[in-house]
Amino acid sequence: MRSNRIMTLRASISTRTGGYGYVAIGGGVLLAALFAFVFIKGGYLLTVMQLAMIYGVFCIGLNFFMGYTGQASFGQNAFAAIGGYGTAILCVEYGWEPVLALLASMAIAGVASIVVGYPTLRLRGHYLAMATFALGLITYDLSVQWTSLTKGYMGYAGIPPLGIGPFTVEDERMKLVCLMVLLLIGLWISGRLRNSRFGRALRAISTSEPGAAALGIRIPQYKLAAFIIAALYASAAGSLFAHVVGFISPEVFGLQMVVVTFTMLYVGGIGTVLGPAIGAVVASLLPEIVRSTGRFQDIAYALVLLVLLIYVPKGLSALSALGRPRAAEPGTTG
Amino acid sequence: MTADSPSSHALIEVNGLSASYGHVAALKPVDLRVEEGEFVTVLGPNGAGKTTLLRAISRLIGSSGRITFRGRNISALPTHHLAKLGIIMVQEGRGLFGEMTVRENLLLGAYGIGNSNDEMERRFEQVFKLFPKLREREGQVAASMSGGEQQMLAVGRALMAGPKLLMLDEPSLGLAPKVAAGILDTLGELNRNGLGILLVEQKAPLALKLARRVYVLSSGSVRAELPAHEIKSHHDLARFYFH
Repeated sequence: MRSNRIMTLRASISTRTGGYGYVAIGGGVLLAALFAFVFIKGGYLLTVMQLAMIYGVFCIGLNFFMGYTGQASFGQNAFAAIGGYGTAILCVEYGWEPVLALLASMAIAGVASIVVGYPTLRLRGHYLAMATFALGLITYDLSVQWTSLTKGYMGYAGIPPLGIGPFTVEDERMKLVCLMVLLLIGLWISGRLRNSRFGRALRAISTSEPGAAALGIRIPQYKLAAFIIAALYASAAGSLFAHVVGFISPEVFGLQMVVVTFTMLYVGGIGTVLGPAIGAVVASLLPEIVRSTGRFQDIAYALVLLVLLIYVPKGLSALSALGRPRAAEPGTTG
Repeated sequence: MTADSPSSHALIEVNGLSASYGHVAALKPVDLRVEEGEFVTVLGPNGAGKTTLLRAISRLIGSSGRITFRGRNISALPTHHLAKLGIIMVQEGRGLFGEMTVRENLLLGAYGIGNSNDEMERRFEQVFKLFPKLREREGQVAASMSGGEQQMLAVGRALMAGPKLLMLDEPSLGLAPKVAAGILDTLGELNRNGLGILLVEQKAPLALKLARRVYVLSSGSVRAELPAHEIKSHHDLARFYFH
């Protein structure tokens, strides 16, 4: 009798919330309020949020390879560097339109990911992780040493803001809006692909490569496709960084980027659609929230991350399942 | 001991198939065949090489020897290509994608037919007719189902691929006898409709009711090949598998 009443209540909640739990709706409202607050207040937080959106784009791509496909890559910063430097060189040296430079850089990153991925993706597990790590290190070294192309530690300055033809996005608030629209487009593509035949194949590979192959899925091709998609997103993020900040140097695309994006992915929820974006926003804002702890800032930041990883191991996006009614009761036979 | 004389082109024929894990030979040269529409069971104790045999045929592990499917040499084909030919394996432990829903698992089974909606729906109906429970659980995550339901899903997913040869690795493992019998009954029904089945099992009484021929595997070698109804007359085998 009591369980019937609970089921009825759950069904009622489901109807009223359109199938989502209250926690998911609450989280969405909170994020919207946060965005509105930052938009109105402006200042430094606006820049933090802009960077969060850019990292979010990067993480959506990384999620394709690490989340959906279950592979390890410590070298996606290499493709962000290609995006950043490609945009910088094409715009500053050759006067290209920002959008064309962004697209051309993505194409270069895509080709580079095929060249690198084809031999590298034969490796598995730790070996693949080490190979991709080497890729990131090589790219970092190239960006430092190849000064005739990258200007080394001096970096590239004077990169024009985003824009098409006579329209340029120079206002900081409009930059944030543009970045958020791009992030939402990235999320939409990610969601559509995740639930497509292609996305199911990637997720099958993530669970069991032999099992996926036994169903006719060509494992190497799918891994390569996920790697290319991740590279395209990373390149787009690198280009966006260059256009929004107006300056790039090797440190931007260094090891720190790998650590930060991994943190974002796991805090938000690896393998989920919204996780990368949530993780990017939370991990970007967290240092600002704990800034008041002064010289204990790093410790406070690390402690919060630890608590999150221990108590929400599937990431913050997993909290959206709380308060959501179950689709069906698990079976009890056999 | 030999069974009935084979036709010119078997559904699948294995000659001298061997496989090893490192220096340990798990499968010594094995010969085996399944005719069109035939139900063949492989019996053997733990460690006999039954799973290795299926994995070697599926090319999930490296092996040497010759495998032909309807007369075509498929020895060098990769695993994903075998699925396209219609050689589908239900792995030990079901091999489901636990985080995905029943529907997603079934869709993955039909991966080979691309995006043909009509054909997809036809196969869904075929599977739901055999396993009505799966229709009820369509939106449920596979890992949250009971063992019996998971096995239904594993077989259903294999059927979504439109198999010509269905290979099953101990589908009754871990199931209550009644549930296991239900699964095996369904396999019998599929076989009567013309599907070739190669079943690896330890529960001999259930499997032998359905099989036409039996291979007995031990220490990686075929010790006997005989019609299923004859196994009880071989006292040594009968003692081992029926007591």
